[in-house]
Amino acid sequence: MSKILSPGVAAPEFTLHTTIDQTLSLSELRGNPVILAFYPADWSPVCSDEVTLYNEVLPEFRKFGANLLGISVDGVWCHAAFAQHRNLHYPLLADFEPKGAVAKQYGVYREKEGTSERALFVIDKNGIISWSYLSPVAENPGADGILEALETLGK
Amino acid sequence: MLKVPITVDDHIEGDLNAPFTLVEYGDYECPFCEMVSPIIKRVQKHFGKQLTFVYRNFPQTEMHPYAEIAAEAAELAGSHGHFWEMHDLIYENQEALSLELLFELVEKLGLSRTDLKNTLENKTFEKKIRNDFNGGVRSGVNGTPTFFINDLRYNGSFEYDELISALNHTII
Repeated sequence: MSKILSPGVAAPEFTLHTTIDQTLSLSELRGNPVILAFYPADWSPVCSDEVTLYNEVLPEFRKFGANLLGISVDGVWCHAAFAQHRNLHYPLLADFEPKGAVAKQYGVYREKEGTSERALFVIDKNGIISWSYLSPVAENPGADGILEALETLGK
Repeated sequence: MLKVPITVDDHIEGDLNAPFTLVEYGDYECPFCEMVSPIIKRVQKHFGKQLTFVYRNFPQTEMHPYAEIAAEAAELAGSHGHFWEMHDLIYENQEALSLELLFELVEKLGLSRTDLKNTLENKTFEKKIRNDFNGGVRSGVNGTPTFFINDLRYNGSFEYDELISALNHTII
């Protein structure tokens, strides 16, 4: 199994679809911190859901000037329905074709399941990974680690 | 680990110096919080004065349109000394949760409709609610309900027996 990328490493560049006709490249966000949240699949159970939690914590992330990106192997239509259903205010990237290619680059792909791990990266304004965390797949990692990492960046 | 210590500004049932503390981060529109609410009552009854229960707000407003206004209404009731009555009334009537229900409930507690109207318009308790929420996030709250027993996060089920057993195993 590949290993999750560690702090100090340059975050691999990618360009992925956010909607059917829009793409986003990591390098477009250079100059601000980026939170990259890999999760296994859209439509996981409700009240303790990670994607929904981050939506609520978004104002706190923005205090650090950080952009949050959700990323899974689901396609753009699935993401669109999911984002609308959960009223999400941040983009979901489709790591769909070739499937899981970005997850593999970041060392967070689960070959057997064909999904990404549940993993978090905080990337600094220069594109260097400053914090990464591999969560047990069934566990919502919360937002405290992200906020502490963003705080450290500011110091 | 609970990052925000319990203070007199919290909603506390019981004595601050009791050997056991149970802190809940809850959302008035969350069905799991509603389910656990009567169980907490039984747990409190079981431990009596040994246990202090604290309720903090963790409204997931993007998913639950009434979570925040329900929290405002409960805080308003709290500012008149009726927090726990309102807290219980909201959970007991969660299935019918609506703006009108909140008006009816505050009236039941002797407050006026105008009190609630002003509170909701001015978002009087927004800062307190947000502080509860942010403190919860810092403590690793990732959904509702999340419990802390003597400042340590409780990861077990919300069944009565398991909560009792977790509290019994807490080292004071």
